[in-house]
Amino acid sequence: MSFPDEHELHKRRFGRNLGLGLVLAAFVTLVFGMTIAKVSDERFAVPTNEVAN
Amino acid sequence: MSDASLNASQTQTGDAGFGDYFALLKPRVMSLVVFTALVGLLAAPVPVHPIIGFAAILFIAVGGGASGALNMWWDADIDRIMKRTQGRPIPAGRISEGEAFGFGMTLSVMAVVMLALASNLVAAGLLAFTIFFYVVVYTMWLKRWTPQNIVIGGAAGAFPPMIGWAVATGGISVESVLMFALIFMWTPPHFWALALFMKSDYKEAGVPMLTVTHGRRSTRKHILVYTLLLAPLAIGTAFTSIGGPIYLAVAVVLNAMFLKGAFDIWRRTEEQAEADNYKTEKKVFALSLFYLFGHFTAILLQSVMAGYGLGGW
Repeated sequence: MSFPDEHELHKRRFGRNLGLGLVLAAFVTLVFGMTIAKVSDERFAVPTNEVAN
Repeated sequence: MSDASLNASQTQTGDAGFGDYFALLKPRVMSLVVFTALVGLLAAPVPVHPIIGFAAILFIAVGGGASGALNMWWDADIDRIMKRTQGRPIPAGRISEGEAFGFGMTLSVMAVVMLALASNLVAAGLLAFTIFFYVVVYTMWLKRWTPQNIVIGGAAGAFPPMIGWAVATGGISVESVLMFALIFMWTPPHFWALALFMKSDYKEAGVPMLTVTHGRRSTRKHILVYTLLLAPLAIGTAFTSIGGPIYLAVAVVLNAMFLKGAFDIWRRTEEQAEADNYKTEKKVFALSLFYLFGHFTAILLQSVMAGYGLGGW
C-alpha cells in the first residue's frame, strides 16, 4: 500500500510552521544574547531591592 | 470535494505560506530602513554593544515592516486596482485583511517594546511615532486626501537614521535631524519621478498624486524645485560631525548628477517622454536610489575612518 501524495496545502502549512518555529528559536536566542550583553556591561548594577532579598 | 474547489477555498481562507507573511513586511522598503538606521547607529559618537546594536536594528526593521503590513491592510482596496500592487498577498487572496491587521499590530507592539528593552525609551518612542505616522497620518489620512501626501508622508521613511542615532546616544541632535532632512527632502523627487512613468496606476486608483491633480508639467517643476532645495542641505551636511572630505566629494558629484537629471525632466515635454518611453524619468528614478545609498554610505565611511582618527575635518 502506498501513501497518497502530500497535498500542496500541507506542504505550505509545513513551510509556514517551520518558518515560525525558526523565527521563535531565533527570537529566544536573541533575547538570551541581549541579556548576556546587558549583564556583561560594566554599567550594569543589580537593583538594590533585589540585592536585599 | 474536487481539487478545484479545494484550491478555491485555500485562497479565500487566506491559508498563506511563510513567504506571504514576509511579503507583508515590504522587504524592499525594509532594506532601506535597515541600511539608514544602521548608518545612524554607527555614525553616532557613542559605541553600542554589537548584540544590542544588531537587536535594535532588527526591531527597527520589524517595526518598519509591521507598518508596511498595516499599510497593506488599509490600502487593500486600491492595491486590487493598481497593476504594481495586484500581486501583494491581500489583493491576491492569500492573506485576509483581518490577518494582515492582526499581524501588523502584533509586530508593531512587539517591536516597540523590544526596542525599549534593548536600547532606550527615546528610540522606542521614535519607532512608535514612525509607525503611527506612516499608518495613521500618511496611509489613512494624507494619501487619499492631498497631492502633498508624498511630501509630508515622506517623514515616516526619514525617521530610521534618527532612531538608530537615538539607540546609541539616547537622544536627538543636529546630525540626526540632518539625516532625517536628507531623506525627507529626497522622497518627493524620488516618488514623483516614479509617478511620471507609472501614471495610469495612480489615476485609476483615485490616489491624488501630483501628476493627477496638478498635471505632469507641474510635477516636473516640483521635481526640479525639491532637488534644488535638497542639494544645499545634502552638501551642507558635509560640514557637520557626520561629514568630512569623502562625504563632501560624494555629495558634490551625486547632487550635480541629480540636479542635471531633475533639470532634464523639467525641460522635457510629455510628447518627448512618451516617444522614448520615459527613459529620462526612469533613469532619474534609478539615480535617486543610488543618490540616497551613496550619501549614507559616505556617512558610514566617514564614521568608520573617524574611528581610526582619519577622515574628519
